[in-house]
Amino acid sequence: MAQTRGKRTRTASRRVEGWIKPVEPEFETIQILRDDGSYDEASLPDLTDDQMKELYEWMVFARILDQRALNMQRQGRMGTYPPVGGQEAAQVGSAYALEKEDWLFPSYRESAAMMVHGMPPELTFLYWMGREEGAAAPEGVNVFTISIPIATQVPHAVGAAWAARLRGEKKAFLVYFGDGGTSEGDFHEGANFAGVFKAPVVLFCQNNHYAISVPLERQTASRTIAQKAVAYGFPGVRVDGNDVLAVYAVTREAVERARRGEGPTLIEAVTYRYGPHTTADDPTRYRTADEVKEWQERRDPIMRFRRFLESRGLWSEAQEEELQERLRERAAEVVRKAENYPKPEPTNMFDYMYAELPWNLKEQREALLQELAERGEAR
Amino acid sequence: MARRTLIQAINEALRQEMRRDDRIVLLGEDVGRVGGVFRATEGLQQEFGPDRVIDTPLAESAIIGAALGMAVYGLIPVPEIQFDGFLPPAFDHIISHVARIRNRSRGRFTAPMVIRVPHGGGIRALEHHSEAPETFYTHIPGIKVVIPATAYDAKGLLISAIRDPDPVIFFEPKRIYRAFREEVPEEPYTVPLGKARVAREGNDVTLIAWGAMVHVALAAAEKAAAEHGWSCEVLDLRTLSPLDIDAIIASVQKTGRCVVVHEAPRQSGFGGEIAALIGERALLYLEAPVVRVTGFDTAMPYFTLEDYYLPSPERVLKGIAQVMNF
Repeated sequence: MAQTRGKRTRTASRRVEGWIKPVEPEFETIQILRDDGSYDEASLPDLTDDQMKELYEWMVFARILDQRALNMQRQGRMGTYPPVGGQEAAQVGSAYALEKEDWLFPSYRESAAMMVHGMPPELTFLYWMGREEGAAAPEGVNVFTISIPIATQVPHAVGAAWAARLRGEKKAFLVYFGDGGTSEGDFHEGANFAGVFKAPVVLFCQNNHYAISVPLERQTASRTIAQKAVAYGFPGVRVDGNDVLAVYAVTREAVERARRGEGPTLIEAVTYRYGPHTTADDPTRYRTADEVKEWQERRDPIMRFRRFLESRGLWSEAQEEELQERLRERAAEVVRKAENYPKPEPTNMFDYMYAELPWNLKEQREALLQELAERGEAR
Repeated sequence: MARRTLIQAINEALRQEMRRDDRIVLLGEDVGRVGGVFRATEGLQQEFGPDRVIDTPLAESAIIGAALGMAVYGLIPVPEIQFDGFLPPAFDHIISHVARIRNRSRGRFTAPMVIRVPHGGGIRALEHHSEAPETFYTHIPGIKVVIPATAYDAKGLLISAIRDPDPVIFFEPKRIYRAFREEVPEEPYTVPLGKARVAREGNDVTLIAWGAMVHVALAAAEKAAAEHGWSCEVLDLRTLSPLDIDAIIASVQKTGRCVVVHEAPRQSGFGGEIAALIGERALLYLEAPVVRVTGFDTAMPYFTLEDYYLPSPERVLKGIAQVMNF
């Protein structure tokens, strides 16, 4: 060994060091609306005034529903809930870029994105109220079930996208995950598969800076998440996740690339979660009030977009009041529907395990029915 | 009829099913161009093309994860995991999603797929190439676990597994991939999942085994008859989940004695489940406690010692003697 090493050193004697250079790819953060709501006319995406207002409505509705869910959790009417607050632009802007026939693969914080793509919000409420009936979207709504184990949905979306391609369909598959998710093997494996098979998939990372308590710099030594795409051989892009127009424009382009058969795109949407990871978390243990305030007061996605709409004469105080009232009523209706959903049969837990119930499940189902009868709970 | 090895029967089942249904796709490491490291998929990429017999990157988790995505999107994927010892990276997808998606989605999404895995020791292979992990998978509600012991069953069970609406883990006893040839019908046929097979009829003791151990049990039965005049019934389970409880109980009620044989370690092994079921349902028929002849509660040793680890006909015979002499 020593000899070989000596030889090598001699061959390279004129240059012993300096072969390895730091690689620092630059990824600018794409922004259309500046923090104060100002913008350049030329950079605006091709959306009608009504579509712009629709984007705004979705964001406001998402925030109202989020508040309702948090309140219900405190009142014991809902289980552990992961709030969306602060990430409305990232979710609404991206999901709005899909066509109805495209597919959305959510992680667990995508209540707003799922709703924009057609998931009835009362089902999402039902899900967080501990009911399987809320997990699946109705037939015709192309939203996959929520994946709780981190980043496992990435290979699922890639497989489905790849199946669609094999079947000759031109659809895009949008899959969500967080900054923490990019540390998982499944993110790497899924992205790598997507690149190799040119799957029509858009990998959408909401970088909200924290995976529960662990900050981004403990998650990755990469300067950006977007740059990870370079290694997989497809484009990565970094966008201001609190700028709904930029998120929409970038996702729309990625979705169209996917549909045209040009393969995957990784999007990093830089955003911030205002609330806890879930209602079981206490974020004051790992971040300062000033940091949260900075995002809420200076970079709020809804305020920014409202200023933009106002500056174009598309929005007024009166319209805002009307909208708030209308959406509060709709939110109340969502809650009513979720809470009045028929109670589940306890035996439901058996009914969907297999296409046909095996003997052991049959016996156990009978035993549970017997127990219910003994407790006077027979139905 | 043609004389086929077990692996030829598997190849034929795949080929015939793929001809029948173009939703079936194979994917895995080296399954395409080279036809699989054991040649189970030999010639299939040539016939069906690289979009249906897919060489994937080397990533077991994503092979199963992507297969799930394909399955919920209407394909019938048949992923291969190259060796039993490389199944653990895919465990998360199997337990968290493949087995649950029907239930989680109240039946909207289902995962019809067959995860093919070469199984067990006895081929003088490297570490992680000789494992018997079936028990882990029998513990997961929502999937089926199948393992053939003959070429005939390999073809018929694999075809049933592919046509089954639920996900199946299909273990293939690699030690007997080429150990014998037997008559296998050339046309497609099915062997039902969840049904055991009486591999040998007998009256004194029931030997329960699966996969390569069926042949060890048969050899032990032969010895027991020749050396002691004991009549052993050998039950080849073929499907571990759902288990053919009726066949087990019927045989034990007849013989009153039972020895379970498996390669995997004894502690929390599937033999314990079978012993418990017999205890719950046929206690009063028993002349002796159920005995387990299994691998040791050690890591699978490297191949120099594997013959000391794996149950042998002699060791099974000792188990038989234990229940006969109780």
